[in-house]
Amino acid sequence: MDWLNAIVQGTLLGGLYALFAAGLSLIFGVMRLVNIAHGDLIVLAAYLGLTVTTATGIHPLLAIVVVVPVMAAIGYVLQRGLLNQTLGDDLLPPLLVTFGLSVIIQNALLEGYTADPQKLAAGNLETASFAFGGLTLGVLPVLTFSFAIAVIWGLQWIFYCTALGRAFRAVSDNQDIAQLMGLNRRHIFGLAMALALAVTAIAGILLGIRTSFDPSGGGGRLIFGFEAVIIGGLGNLWGTLAGGVILGVAQTVGAKIDPGWQILSGHIAFLLILAVRPNGLFPRISA
Amino acid sequence: MNSQTYAVSRSSRAARVSAIIGTLVLIILVAAPWWAGRADMRLMGELFLYLALASLWNLMAGYAGLVSVGQQAFVGFGGYMLFALTMFAGLHPITAIAAAGLLGALISVPVAVLIFRLRGAYFAIGTWVIAEVFRLGFAQVSALGGGSGSSLPVAIVKSLASKRAMRESISYWLALSAAVLVVASVYFFLRSRKGLALTAIRDNETAADSLGIDIWRTKFVVYVVTSAFTAMIGALIFLQKLRISPDAAFSVNDWTAFVIFIVVIGGIGTIEGPIIGTFVFFLLRETLADLGTVYLIVLGVVAILVMLKAPKGLWGLFRARFDVQIFPLGYRVSKRDPS
Amino acid sequence: MPDPILKISGLNAHYGDFQALFGVDMQVDAGEVLAIIGANGAGKTTLMRSITGLLTNGPDQIMHKGTDIGRLRADEVALRGIAMVPEGRQLFPSLSVKENLMIGAQVLRPGPWNLKAVYQLFPILEERKDQQSTSLSGGQQQMVAIGRALMSNPELILFDEISLGLAPVIIRDIYRALPGIIGNGMSAIIVEQDISKALSVSSRVYCLQEGRVSLEDRSDTVAREDISRAYFGIE
Repeated sequence: MDWLNAIVQGTLLGGLYALFAAGLSLIFGVMRLVNIAHGDLIVLAAYLGLTVTTATGIHPLLAIVVVVPVMAAIGYVLQRGLLNQTLGDDLLPPLLVTFGLSVIIQNALLEGYTADPQKLAAGNLETASFAFGGLTLGVLPVLTFSFAIAVIWGLQWIFYCTALGRAFRAVSDNQDIAQLMGLNRRHIFGLAMALALAVTAIAGILLGIRTSFDPSGGGGRLIFGFEAVIIGGLGNLWGTLAGGVILGVAQTVGAKIDPGWQILSGHIAFLLILAVRPNGLFPRISA
Repeated sequence: MNSQTYAVSRSSRAARVSAIIGTLVLIILVAAPWWAGRADMRLMGELFLYLALASLWNLMAGYAGLVSVGQQAFVGFGGYMLFALTMFAGLHPITAIAAAGLLGALISVPVAVLIFRLRGAYFAIGTWVIAEVFRLGFAQVSALGGGSGSSLPVAIVKSLASKRAMRESISYWLALSAAVLVVASVYFFLRSRKGLALTAIRDNETAADSLGIDIWRTKFVVYVVTSAFTAMIGALIFLQKLRISPDAAFSVNDWTAFVIFIVVIGGIGTIEGPIIGTFVFFLLRETLADLGTVYLIVLGVVAILVMLKAPKGLWGLFRARFDVQIFPLGYRVSKRDPS
Repeated sequence: MPDPILKISGLNAHYGDFQALFGVDMQVDAGEVLAIIGANGAGKTTLMRSITGLLTNGPDQIMHKGTDIGRLRADEVALRGIAMVPEGRQLFPSLSVKENLMIGAQVLRPGPWNLKAVYQLFPILEERKDQQSTSLSGGQQQMVAIGRALMSNPELILFDEISLGLAPVIIRDIYRALPGIIGNGMSAIIVEQDISKALSVSSRVYCLQEGRVSLEDRSDTVAREDISRAYFGIE
């Protein structure tokens, strides 16, 4: 029963990792951009949530309503003002510019919020749990997992059932021809980044309710998201959820063996899958 | 017109002049213990180690197209090897530094086989995962102090030299020779057949492929050699610090972010770039370090601006104005006086 | 007299250090169908890329109804009613047939062309509307590419090598459908290597040779030997 419990808790944790990963997966799919600052943007969203909740006293889950549009706006401006200039055949500019951005965000957060760990106070939600088939499930992890499913379902719907998603796929297929069809790729890329950071906002708030965070935590979140994307297979959003779950389970099972091994066993699971299935478990880069 | 009015040569006047100046500077630097203060020597020692790290990162990213954000893996690994080999195997610190390089090369082989499966930017994050695995792994080794780390025992420190001034001089000379060794190795490697192949790959991977250059192998060799050197530099860094902990040893900021900024600001894909970048970096650091986080924000902004507006860095800006090459790699054609 | 749909004057185009077009002058009036012929590398595709905004041009080199469009982005040119059927079809592989057509309607210009009209023109596309575009035959893919361009209700439509790589019978079908497509007052530029096909549907013809206009004439009266000379540069 202990092991089953570890697996179930790991699965729910995987929902959070899938939320870290979804935005990363989305922008790679649309514009082949890998954003090194992604994790720092998650942490930034958590801090925005902190500011909103302390300023207004509203519940952090409600703060999502404010933080999501703010992060989306940041994403659009960031893409059009900075990242669009880095896109091209050369790999170095986007990589190094987002790396610089990561350092800037981290230190700006240090400057604004100090290095002290913070947490979003969510009252009962932090500890509430219910019994389910002999297991005790936390309400927050279950809620996080539901958010992950809803977000990925929503992204799938946008991608395959809306004009915006059609534009994303068209620009991803062939930028020149998409331009000929009247699609301004700079604007489309801006929208893709806005959407990615909207997801990041949800991830950041849920992270902040679950654990304490500090300005230096971005790198770790980037890595978890990245591992979920690679395990699941590039270009497959449901695969990303599966990747998140595998990572989460590896961590909780590892922690069960030895608490010091939690994060390490997640990385080891990732490296094992990379060794056995270099393209991930469910690759579908074409989509 | 006769056919002998053009000459092809590698050397240039600037290169010859700078070789002479370089030799003089080197002699002055070697003599530093007799003219420099302790604080200055420390600073210069640190500068040389950063110069070595930057040249190595530049070789990977600027020439081999291997953009790593996980070089701290090998810095930390080298540092820990120095501690482990001196403390448990009883090696002399200098022997341990060489051994750390060898072990760094060994461990980089399976690492390369694994992460070379990732392309481009994903390779970069993959290197970071490896560094995290190393950090978390060493934090589990209780003999090396676990998560809180350990100090180098006094007996081992004294085995380098019994007098403190002498130790500091040795430490300085080691850093200086590491920098000279690395820059010279990178230079001669890039002039070699393999190095020219590397430049060919950078300029056009498909064309290089069709010329029969084994791209995977060439990149693999660069990765392993770079890892070995980086591990040795790491051992030197922690021989200076005398204390090691997982967070300090595998710090992405200290051993990768700063190094990347140095190379980007100086000029990526040139040998001169990292040298200039290191000086600019230390100049900025010594003048702005009091600003703390603001200094790092400024550094990030400068790096982004350079990447966008002058992708070849300061050295690239300089070269665009004056056709000068201090480390001549390519051959140049010059008109010969028909006398 | 109204401004022409398209007036190109003294157009130069470069790819890096390589100059592909040298002082090209050309004009398309409302409702006119123009043929552009020329050997490989004569600059035809470059000309198409310049007109559609995939290349940036100098000032006042490309005028659309009296406005300089030579420095607009491709999507802005598309919004002004210039559409292209690109060489080699270039459909979006991850979009279905219907989605490919819908992308063409992205510019939201009013006019007679919509999904229904395209399906009427090419009924086979309605049967295949939910398939991946890459699963179609070459001829069907060309229909999608033409339909995609029409969906934007353009004033001027550019056909870049529409018969390239297609079976003769398919080419015949497509040329048979062309009058129905460009009959509604739409202007067209047809870039073709098949000279007789190009002449049969156009009113005027330009020949490009090494980046320069080597011939400009009426399609029905142009002499064969003039074309050979302009095409190959043989005196």
